[in-house]
Amino acid sequence: MSQTKDGTENFESAANRSDSVAEFEDHRRGVLGQVQHTLHANPSLVPLIVLIVAIAVFGLLLGSKFFSPFAMTLILQQVQIVGIVAAAQSLIILTAGIDLSVGAIMVFSSVIMGQFTFRYGIPAPVAVACGLAAGTMIGALNGWLVSRVKLPPFIVTLGMWQIVLATNFLYSANETIRSQEIEANAPFLQFFGTKFNIGGAVFTVGVIFMLVLILVLAYALRHTAWGRHVYAVGDDPEAAGLSGVNVHRTLMSVYMLSGLICAFAGWALIGRIGSVSPTSGQLANIESITAVVIGGISLFGGRGSILGSLFGALIVGVFTLGLRLLGADAQWTFLLIGLLIIAAVAADQWIRKVSA
Amino acid sequence: MSDNVPIVEGRGIVKRYGHVTAIDHSDFELRNGEILAVIGDNGAGKSSIVKAICGATIPDEGEILIDGKKVNFTSPTEARDMGIEIVYQTLAMSPALSIADNMFMGREIRKSGFMGKFLRQLDRPAMEKFAREKLTELGLMTVQSINQTVETLSGGQRQGVAVARAAAFATKFIIMDEPTAALGVKESRRVLELILDVKSRGIPIILISHNMPHVFEVADRIHIHRLGKRLCTVKPGDCSMSDAVALMTGAMEPPKEVAA
Repeated sequence: MSQTKDGTENFESAANRSDSVAEFEDHRRGVLGQVQHTLHANPSLVPLIVLIVAIAVFGLLLGSKFFSPFAMTLILQQVQIVGIVAAAQSLIILTAGIDLSVGAIMVFSSVIMGQFTFRYGIPAPVAVACGLAAGTMIGALNGWLVSRVKLPPFIVTLGMWQIVLATNFLYSANETIRSQEIEANAPFLQFFGTKFNIGGAVFTVGVIFMLVLILVLAYALRHTAWGRHVYAVGDDPEAAGLSGVNVHRTLMSVYMLSGLICAFAGWALIGRIGSVSPTSGQLANIESITAVVIGGISLFGGRGSILGSLFGALIVGVFTLGLRLLGADAQWTFLLIGLLIIAAVAADQWIRKVSA
Repeated sequence: MSDNVPIVEGRGIVKRYGHVTAIDHSDFELRNGEILAVIGDNGAGKSSIVKAICGATIPDEGEILIDGKKVNFTSPTEARDMGIEIVYQTLAMSPALSIADNMFMGREIRKSGFMGKFLRQLDRPAMEKFAREKLTELGLMTVQSINQTVETLSGGQRQGVAVARAAAFATKFIIMDEPTAALGVKESRRVLELILDVKSRGIPIILISHNMPHVFEVADRIHIHRLGKRLCTVKPGDCSMSDAVALMTGAMEPPKEVAA
């Protein structure tokens, strides 16, 4: 017997024993490799650079017309809704899902807030709370179908999009609540539209909310166990489960939070357009996904930073306003956004190669 | 050592899946400070019995005693809370997260005081320090960055981190499922050394492996599983590799004195 054992020892000790397993080899890389590595570690740098370059280029072309506190904050106001919805979308996409129902949840929540106040005479704050609760519940339903029934998020939210949108039209009877009426009877509904002026820069509560929301989420994703779990679940749900993460609870929390954020977006929508209209916000789905993708969050989950989606939304805003001020056809905006989306995904693929 | 109460004892464990009996009144025993290899042909039920021990499956009959006390695990998490760690064949790591994040996945350390209590902030420096210490202890060293993502590590390095994670938190024992299956010769070598290193710290190990040379090299006892039950336990010194394979495949009857 000992013969067999010795035989093995010999052929294996031929392999150099002193070579260690977990030695962290010195990465020798050129400038390009260094750049690739830095971007891999900080995925929101790409959109930030694009954003700064875009602002600089439009600033040079348009001068003070573009490069003013007013124009800059106008961009923030224009992207606030997309920015808030993109925050919700980012959370879902980080778990390797996609949410096609964000726009529908947003509109339906705003309709609930409006109709509860005006149809039933419920005090506006209570109606708002009901709208927020409704959004959270739809999110919970999405999460349950994804996590427990194990349906693909694309299918679940595609269905939910139609269901919620149809419910929205049926319930509201396609009625718009006019802005003047809200202003006179329930100004609380327009709270997110409250403006304040700081030296020519115009901020709204909605803009501040968007910025604070993104910062809070960025903190939670990076510095809490919950955030690490969201990334782990998006990366490999099975591995996350085996290493002790409660995958179901993580997914439920993400979908519910996403629903709640969409409902807040609905409230902000009333502030932005003044009225409650069941037909508004139809582009929120595609615009939020655009912002997330341009922001460098991987559609395969587990990679990217939520700050990136804010930058993504701002890039779209800068292009839209800049090109309009230049007098270009609006189609140029869409053309450039299309290019950016493809470039962003190509950059994502390149950055991921650092792992190979 | 061997006269102590076994760390794990399984008695008459049965697990059926429909008409298939995966575990058929099998016994199991892991003693203090040993490496117990579990070998068996494909479908013999060796992973079923190990799963029953760590709570991944719930046996239909029989009892499992840990340190002489009866336990009824319903999930691997419960086993983990008792200090039983598992190194899965798939490693169960998140490639996009750092070494430190992976080591603490599911049992993160929070900061004390306001930041930890109300803002639930993770204590990164403490987690990184601990992770670095554990890797150093096992000689998995010269860590340039504990914040390196796992996907940038080689197969052997990943295995090393997975073993370090298990060794860091295990207080009872560690189960390793095919730890050398995906590795090259050199890397296997290092992982085997690592396994012996963990053993020398007094943590017993259950090693599931198909690789006979590796089993014979590190194991103190070999549990041979056949047709859903423990056929016998042999000592590597008393049995040749070809005999073990013969026992495992049924080509040979177990000698009377070691039969279970």
